[in-house]
Amino acid sequence: MTARIVDLRKGILEKNDLLAKALRARFDEAEVRVSNWVSSPGTGKTALLESLLTAALDRGITAAALVGDCATDNDAQRLARSGAPVRQIVTESMCHLESDMISAHLEGWELAAIDLLIIENVGNLVCPTAYDLGEDTRVALLSVTEGEDKPAKYPQLFHSADVVVITKTDIATAVEWDRDAAMAAIRSVNPTAPILETSSRTGEGVIDLLDLLVTTAMLAQSPQLQEAP
Amino acid sequence: MHELSIAHAVVSTVMDALPTPDTRVLQVRLRIGELSGIVPQALEFAYDVAAQGTPLADAALVIERSPIVIDCPTCGEQQLPDTHDFRCPSCDVPCGNLVGGKELEILDITLDDLVPTP
Repeated sequence: MTARIVDLRKGILEKNDLLAKALRARFDEAEVRVSNWVSSPGTGKTALLESLLTAALDRGITAAALVGDCATDNDAQRLARSGAPVRQIVTESMCHLESDMISAHLEGWELAAIDLLIIENVGNLVCPTAYDLGEDTRVALLSVTEGEDKPAKYPQLFHSADVVVITKTDIATAVEWDRDAAMAAIRSVNPTAPILETSSRTGEGVIDLLDLLVTTAMLAQSPQLQEAP
Repeated sequence: MHELSIAHAVVSTVMDALPTPDTRVLQVRLRIGELSGIVPQALEFAYDVAAQGTPLADAALVIERSPIVIDCPTCGEQQLPDTHDFRCPSCDVPCGNLVGGKELEILDITLDDLVPTP
């Protein structure tokens, strides 16, 4: 037996990353801002997205959404009520979205006519973190009903976020949300990302989030995956 | 639990790099960062499943862990002892400039270079 060592030095997710890069170029060309929303299930991504899509339409901003779930098109049906174009990505049992699913579900959409595309990832705090989807802004969400130390427990996601959104602030008092502890936990893993406090019920922070996603050109490319050697 | 997706990506990337489709692979060496979100044991388990019936079926998987390294504006590159506290261990200033720790990389593969029997 003759053994031979071959240097590969290849990213394991190279295929995904190359496709994400091509998507990002398409998004830039069409001048569409794209954000990738990641959180645990039950954080209220869909409810907040519903408010955000409605607010966008009210302000003449053309927003569209791709929503990922393991099964059902319940979320897409719910979001379509806002009047915005929405497509469901059913991942079967997959715990995250990959860039080929994004490109497949964009087919037939005229990107140049869209100002803002929101990708709602599968509810999961770990797996979506490794997969670049071509977004310009990665949004990590945390609800007041979750533990304040969640960002410290899931540093991969919260570190890679360009924006951190706190949801369900309308019930913060009832669930004894410790705001200072949560802020400290976010800052311990991400010293710089803007933190927005929102409530889809009262509308708090929804316009601020919309403004941020539409207008701010994020300096950091998201996500911060490894550079080629 | 996306280790199975990662394992399939490893197998398919290695297969693309083989000189012939039936070259036997003896070893695959990976570099997995502490902040990559991958649990090595889960990846090893998933790899055994993903490699079945491929030229990697008998290949040993070697996982090298790489630490979280930040680039502190004052102190330069510093290794973080903790995954959940992004501050410079030397000057205690909060710092999120990551330069290492997210690696998901195939370093090298060891091939059995015998001409396969027809």
